[in-house]
Amino acid sequence: MTPSFNPRDNYNKTRKNAGYVKRKDATQSDYDRIGFMSGLEVHQQLKTKEKLFCHCPAGRYHKPDIFDAEVIRHMRPTLSELGEYDGTALMEFKTRKNIIYRLKNETTCTYEVDDTPPFPVNREALQIAIEISLLSKLNIVGEVHITRKQYLDGSIPTGFQRTAIIGVEGMLPLPKKNIRLIQLSLEEDACREVSDIGHTRIYRTDRLGMPLIETVTYPEMVNPDEVKEVCDYIRFLNRSTGKVRTGIGAGRQDVNVSCRGGSRVEIKGVAHTRWIPELTHNECYRQWSLLLLRDELLKRISNTDKWKISHIVLDYHDYKFEYGPIKDAKEQQFEIVAVNLPGFKSALSHFTQPGRMFADEISERLKVIACIEHPNMIHSEVFEMSIPEKEFESIKSKLKANDNDAQIIFWGPKDDIKTALETIEERCQMAFKGIPPETRKSIEGGTTIFERVLPGADRMYPDTDSAPIPLEDSYIEELSTKLPQEVIERYHILKNWGAPEDTYTYIFKKDLFPLIERIIKELDYNPVFVTTLFGHKLKFVEGQIKPVAEFNYKIIYALLKYLKEQKLHPELAWRMLPIVYEHPKIDFESILESIKFKRIPSEEIMAKVPFLKSKYAEIRKSDDIKNEHVWIMGQLRKMAIGNINLSELSKMIQSL
Amino acid sequence: MSDDIFQGYKGAALNILKKFNVRVWGQAEVQTTRGLFQGTILPRSENDDDKHIVMKIITGYNIGIDVLTITGMKETGYKKANYKIPEKEFPYSEGLPKVKLIGTGGTIASRLDYRTGAVIPAFSPGELYGAVPELADICNLTTEKVFAVFSENMAPDNYKKLAIAIGKEIEKGVDGIVIGHGTDTLHHTAAALTFMVQDSPVPIVLVGSQRSSDRPSSDAALNLMHSCTAAGHGDIAEVMVCMFGPTSDEYGFLHRGTRVRKMHSSYRSTFRTIGDTPLATVTRKGVVPIKENYNHRRKDRNVKILPYFEEKVAIIYYYPNMQPDIIDSLVANGYKGIVIAGTGLGHVNKPLYPAIERAYAAGVHMYMTVQTLWGYVHMFVYDTGRDLMAKGIIPAGNMLPEAAYIKLGWALGQTNDREEVKRLMLTPVNDEITMREPYNGYLVYQGGVKEVDDFVRKFRK
Repeated sequence: MTPSFNPRDNYNKTRKNAGYVKRKDATQSDYDRIGFMSGLEVHQQLKTKEKLFCHCPAGRYHKPDIFDAEVIRHMRPTLSELGEYDGTALMEFKTRKNIIYRLKNETTCTYEVDDTPPFPVNREALQIAIEISLLSKLNIVGEVHITRKQYLDGSIPTGFQRTAIIGVEGMLPLPKKNIRLIQLSLEEDACREVSDIGHTRIYRTDRLGMPLIETVTYPEMVNPDEVKEVCDYIRFLNRSTGKVRTGIGAGRQDVNVSCRGGSRVEIKGVAHTRWIPELTHNECYRQWSLLLLRDELLKRISNTDKWKISHIVLDYHDYKFEYGPIKDAKEQQFEIVAVNLPGFKSALSHFTQPGRMFADEISERLKVIACIEHPNMIHSEVFEMSIPEKEFESIKSKLKANDNDAQIIFWGPKDDIKTALETIEERCQMAFKGIPPETRKSIEGGTTIFERVLPGADRMYPDTDSAPIPLEDSYIEELSTKLPQEVIERYHILKNWGAPEDTYTYIFKKDLFPLIERIIKELDYNPVFVTTLFGHKLKFVEGQIKPVAEFNYKIIYALLKYLKEQKLHPELAWRMLPIVYEHPKIDFESILESIKFKRIPSEEIMAKVPFLKSKYAEIRKSDDIKNEHVWIMGQLRKMAIGNINLSELSKMIQSL
Repeated sequence: MSDDIFQGYKGAALNILKKFNVRVWGQAEVQTTRGLFQGTILPRSENDDDKHIVMKIITGYNIGIDVLTITGMKETGYKKANYKIPEKEFPYSEGLPKVKLIGTGGTIASRLDYRTGAVIPAFSPGELYGAVPELADICNLTTEKVFAVFSENMAPDNYKKLAIAIGKEIEKGVDGIVIGHGTDTLHHTAAALTFMVQDSPVPIVLVGSQRSSDRPSSDAALNLMHSCTAAGHGDIAEVMVCMFGPTSDEYGFLHRGTRVRKMHSSYRSTFRTIGDTPLATVTRKGVVPIKENYNHRRKDRNVKILPYFEEKVAIIYYYPNMQPDIIDSLVANGYKGIVIAGTGLGHVNKPLYPAIERAYAAGVHMYMTVQTLWGYVHMFVYDTGRDLMAKGIIPAGNMLPEAAYIKLGWALGQTNDREEVKRLMLTPVNDEITMREPYNGYLVYQGGVKEVDDFVRKFRK
């Protein structure tokens, strides 16, 4: 290590070279420069009583430590239908995980744990999937073929997900541009992970097997906000049927991102669309920066095919390691290994994402592939060296390292060292080629970590346990006639109504458009008033108050109908809504009482004006007539709401 | 006649492929009234209808296209899939036992069969090594396919062929034999081999899988490892069935070939020893005996091969209101032996008596077993039992109905003499009748009982 090299400066320099800017400062020209490209896989649970391939109840969940039995399985790669092994499959096999399933008898039968073949597919789910496919303008298949999609992470006990294509080649007409869809599939949901430590991964099986659809778009989104917009649209479309689940985890998306010259990287299981922009922004820059690293390495290292790491196993007795994790490693009798990466100086501290560098990519793979828990390594380019300089120098000389090299010191159980060394070498070699296609997990702050190698089409296999399901024209035509209105049409109607733009998301998210439309048409309310009541007031109330019983949005219809019939002014709804929401079962009359509302004829209110005028004359501090008006309005406001329109009142006061 | 280039297609579907000149494995663009579909045309399973064309789209999924909706098709390329488990030469390691794997057509290693849409077995040592490389750490494996039939199609001729093949291998000096077999009739074959191959000096292990090996969570690989361990390293030189103990990937059981039965249509842990404990557990670390008495492995090569079988033997599963003509028709068709699975302690109804008498007079050998599976036939308790014995039905102790069927076929293959057949039937070769039923030989616990549920939660993986 030459004294002049400072990892932190190198990190900052490489970040600058990549042209990294914060998302709020980024413009379309930034994204065009690095070739931002993104596509979506939007998952949505369907609202059915039972699971997709068995008769267990859907949508019942358990706490992680409540279970009736445990089952242990291991996953082993098998050939795809076309005779290929899948890359991910082989990596997962390398990790040698013991996978434990925790099951509750109430929500899991022998089907979920792969001890019984599938029952015929749930027809209710199939129908919802077809309806959503039709809404998405997809070409509906003539025959549904159940396919097995391999997942060797253990998230499904069979080792594959039963899934089937319902439609291909669709289109979503967004306000600004059309987005093409690749396909929509109906599939079974996976287990929920409880923990993943070392060689043991634990899952619970309550969610396993619930019906889910996946809508896949072409990678046609060119900036992070557009990705979110498209994702929202798909979710709104799904919800417009009223036949999908809502709540935590009911909708999740995988976001595919690449930069120009990069690779498809899939950010898995993003639970909120609002996280999408930050995640895609950072991922695109990560790839761009890694491409710059590749160019730098290729300049330096001529024969990359022959590039190899070298390593030595360190004897704990030779060093005085005071660094906590290394002391722990020693106690657990882990092996500690020093690795030399020839020509990799400045690569380890190369910028990848805010707060992350290339060395982290290696460390993350050590955790996932070699099953070595974090912290699992230190290296020659950490910002704060945690072992004495002198010791590090002596390790370097034992490794016969030269000045252009970088070093990693890692520790782990003896059995995992071989895989760990292969993993380090493999990740470094990938740096010569560019961006490894992989799935990544989102973490707080909008960055991501390695999850696993990206699987390809090679993991598909026909489900030999299921027969194909024909979809006849007559059935499809019948479903076509019962579809809800398209989201884009509703969007235009909202616009025509003059509904405030910031109410749209809430209205679509909660699928409130049909209700709002009914209120406007049947009760003859002003559209701006109604959309604002929902999109502003109700949204605010929902965020603040927890209802004591289940709140059904239809109550708002009843409320407005009541006001109309009682000839009360709509404005009252603003005051009543918080109470209606909190106590959905209380009758409206009592609510009026609780807000101390009194029915006063408008003449009676107006009769108070002369008195207030003379009162104002006594206390006034200015001669401005406007002040008088404001003061009187203030005095009458509470009494007037619900009895007389405020602007009418205002006019009447002025005319007096 | 449909050519191979239209594999599996018939009727309307075949016509449309021919009309537009599109082959199986051809990449095609298909215009339909439901829009455009693009992908590779796949073979169709013979049993599926003639109204759809199967296609693999670019994302790897399969879909079907209704031929009635097709308005045009164009082949734009051609790429045939080459489905092959990678073959790697099975490495020889000095010091590891020699194990012979005899194939009969089970699903230990398998691949897709487009004809039926099901899976067909793959088998060579190279293929097995490609799929389960861990085997090379356990033994030096060679394989031989004696025949290839599905489990349900196994017949007496197959038993005989197997017995003879086993005899030859033992003579040649193998350290153990593994027989890959479909699971449906695994216990019938296990019983047959117990009677046909006696006093083996080496383990003979029958193994199958409940989940075919084209599935990542298949039990095939682990069963294969367990059976090779038992055959190569275990000390128990008997005919055994090696299958999952619990449904988890934990350990296997070794069951005596005469006392084992498939007890669940799909569970991994479907094979259970009935009326006794299993012989042993087995993991990749080795065999741990549960029973104290068993035949130990020997160095000699002395084995008795007795490949006999009379095919005219039947099992009658008694039910209330069974008519006597059932038995009469068996006799009329020349059946020589009947095993009855009776109710309770071994009973049938009175209207059958005359038919039983007629059968006895015709020289038919009749043995009574119990359809309760657990427990002994006991024909002295009630009059019915005494009557039946008087009419020539012989109680077969706690022999399982399937084991009794196989044994009667084997005995009648050797002699017709009533006393000799009776001697063969009632002299256990290897525990098909046991002298006692241990208290823990009948454990069918029921869920919902707190103690049982506690046990399941804590111990059963």
